[in-house]
Amino acid sequence: MASSIIQRIGAATSFDTNNNYFHRRSFSGRQSSFVVVRSDGANITTRLKPNGGRTHHLVTNAVATKPHTSAASKPGHEILLFDALREGLEEEMDRDPRVCIMGEDVGHYGGSYKVTKGLAPKYGDLRVLDTPIAENAFTGMGIGAAMTGLRPIIEGMNMGFLLLAFNQISNNCGMLHYTSGGQFKIPVVIRGPGGVGRQLGAEHSQRLESYFQSIPGIQMVACSTPYNAKGLMKAAIRSDNPVILFEHVLLYNLKETIPDEEYVLNLEEAEMVRPGQHVTILTYSRMRYHVMQAAKTLVNKGYDPEVIDIRSLKPFDLHTIGNSVKKTHRVLIVEECMRTGGIGASLTAAINENFHDYLDAPIVCLSSQDVPTPYAGTLEEWTVVQPPQIVAAVEQLCQ
Amino acid sequence: MSMASIKFIKRTSFLTSSQFSSHLHRWIDSSSRNKPPVTSSGRFGTVYGGRQLHTAASISSDQLSTEAPSRQELNFPGGSVKFTSKRIFISGSNEERAHCYRVLNENGELVIDNDLLKITKELAVKMYTNMATLQVIDTIFYEAQRQGRISFYLTTTGEEAINIASAAALSNNDFVFPQYREPGVLLWRGFTLQEFANQLFGNKHDYGKGRQMHVHYGSKKHNYVTVSSPIATQIPQAVGAAYSMKMEKQDSCTITYFGDGSSSEGDFHAGLNFSAVMEVPVIFFCRNNGWAISTPISDQLRGDGIVVRGKAYGIPSIRVDGNDALAVYSAVYEARKMAIENQTPVLIEALTYRVGHHSTSDDSTKYRPVDEIEWWRNDQSPVKRFRKWIENKGWWSNDNESQHRSNIRKELAQAVQNAERTQKPPVADMFNNVYDVSPKNLNEQKESLRKTLKQHAKEYPSNVPW
Repeated sequence: MASSIIQRIGAATSFDTNNNYFHRRSFSGRQSSFVVVRSDGANITTRLKPNGGRTHHLVTNAVATKPHTSAASKPGHEILLFDALREGLEEEMDRDPRVCIMGEDVGHYGGSYKVTKGLAPKYGDLRVLDTPIAENAFTGMGIGAAMTGLRPIIEGMNMGFLLLAFNQISNNCGMLHYTSGGQFKIPVVIRGPGGVGRQLGAEHSQRLESYFQSIPGIQMVACSTPYNAKGLMKAAIRSDNPVILFEHVLLYNLKETIPDEEYVLNLEEAEMVRPGQHVTILTYSRMRYHVMQAAKTLVNKGYDPEVIDIRSLKPFDLHTIGNSVKKTHRVLIVEECMRTGGIGASLTAAINENFHDYLDAPIVCLSSQDVPTPYAGTLEEWTVVQPPQIVAAVEQLCQ
Repeated sequence: MSMASIKFIKRTSFLTSSQFSSHLHRWIDSSSRNKPPVTSSGRFGTVYGGRQLHTAASISSDQLSTEAPSRQELNFPGGSVKFTSKRIFISGSNEERAHCYRVLNENGELVIDNDLLKITKELAVKMYTNMATLQVIDTIFYEAQRQGRISFYLTTTGEEAINIASAAALSNNDFVFPQYREPGVLLWRGFTLQEFANQLFGNKHDYGKGRQMHVHYGSKKHNYVTVSSPIATQIPQAVGAAYSMKMEKQDSCTITYFGDGSSSEGDFHAGLNFSAVMEVPVIFFCRNNGWAISTPISDQLRGDGIVVRGKAYGIPSIRVDGNDALAVYSAVYEARKMAIENQTPVLIEALTYRVGHHSTSDDSTKYRPVDEIEWWRNDQSPVKRFRKWIENKGWWSNDNESQHRSNIRKELAQAVQNAERTQKPPVADMFNNVYDVSPKNLNEQKESLRKTLKQHAKEYPSNVPW
């Protein structure tokens, strides 16, 4: 088990722009156990400094993996990202009868991206609930159900539709635990596909993480691989806080081999994708793949970028990020959010505030322009940060 | 065809015909025997079937003697519907408004032919004393605000019967999702005068730890969810809670209160719709008091109030006189029974009048005549009416009245004093409960504040502990 984890740490996934199948290549030479941020396996977790006590808190009740079964490690199973999410959902629903799902077409239709496929026949129409089209109302419903003991997972068919639920999310979901003096808790998971897809139109290409990041009381995570998708889904369901899980429309068909054993990831941890020395590249979700593609080119040109998938959008894992900045002294942020008010903007501010002394150059942030996403394919492509831009930015940064 | 399979067909209606061939026979009747066959897929089949049969009908009208009678009804998605050849629009309003259920008139006399639920002397006296207490609470706290001791308050004047009688008909396990004008429900369930005062003064004993504004009470042990200011947001939440009760098969229901203004919010419509679709035990209690701050009901909605909307969503509903405690009690009692036994939502519209101002930040004499307010305050007072009824039954007297009110006034004045003198919650507590465990950034911000307070101690109030 331990060996297969380390092997996976350095793995790069390349983005094949023609079809959405992703193939893993492992950088077997990179034994980077010292910066492992995956918290599957108690022995690895304890090396991390706890982030406000969170890490230890999770280990005691989360991971069923026994760390000493490395001799008899199973090969794992290959799975697509949407299926990994479904597996996570199914395992949690088996484990806790209070977990339920609500959203549009999640039941017999199986969800617009098939994340909830097969769950309604298994758990019944009540536990996998098809709702009428009223996002604010079914989000409110989820909140009410959570206050009275259930653990709902609310699906927005597209993240953009959750803008209609903003009132419930901001005024109630994030607030009621606080304003009730801690009497009522809201352990909901709000999830859905977001980000810029392939010609989905401006309204279906929203990056909600920008809009939600200010709301006190919620946590935000973004998954990017089948492995972290399943682990984050399980962690989000088990968390007593409201968690918003951002999936990306273009990543649902990513393929990866994930462990057969149960594992749960830490919601507040970032993921070290590729350790390096010259520059820290911070990214998340789909941009991770653009960054890794750019990394290939950069390595050929002699650069050694350190790539971190920040995963936790609120709060930021400043511990992992900080260690990286202290090592490389240069930061490039690659995101899909708009330039104004996006995750990159907040991350830039946070790094500047906390690690100013360690920076040898100003932080560079590559984001989408402040335009609604155009429908035309070529125009759409130009609104998203592409690998050549990343390469150019690193070259400039490292001058 | 069972309900389940009808639903199934609706959802997967875009699948192929083979799944539906067994059901097609229902949609083809004798008159289409000689016509071109109804086309393939089930859902489209009904539409084409309809269209073709429409032509069939017009053809058959030319061949009346030889053709079978044309179709009288059709099984559209959603159910069977009869046809009419008369183009009649359903009117936007009935000639007569929906009747209002009332058993007690203004003189405290039971009207003839009532179907009143029998209530015991104990219950009646408890209801009355709670209504009277609620009045005293409102008076004293309103005055406290005017004296500057608290910064905000809103009264329930004129709606005491709604508050108390509805609470009396519920059990303590029923979850309450209030708007903000229902502290009487908490009072009935045993919230003490001291607990009310603590919330208003935001002291360290407040269950909300000083974080919510005045009158935004909340108490988990009383199954009363903390009030949240935005209007109507509690409606879908109540539906969700009822869903949770249905899932766990509990012998209880949810009730949510809201005003006439709330019925305009999107959440109201979606919440009612959901509850009917999901068949959950929730009581929607609308306090139609005629005013949404300064917006009168005529500017809020057209149509016969809120009760008629129930039917539109498939929800059984009733209109009740909100100033008649016995009618409110009886209606909620029955609604609760229906909700739990039949697993159905129920809509109750209680007609009443908001005698007080919207809140201490409002002066309603600016937008409505004073004599109108006074008429409702005196002639239709629910408290006076109920008092007359229990006095006629010999269960209450003037002495009881003066004693009860003066006791409550004393007790409340003491509670207010205690609350005022009690320490505020510690400042450090401000950073708790945002999440279950305080994260790093909040800890940093807390530390930063602590340092600031220490450095500039003179510029901050000294009576608030860290």
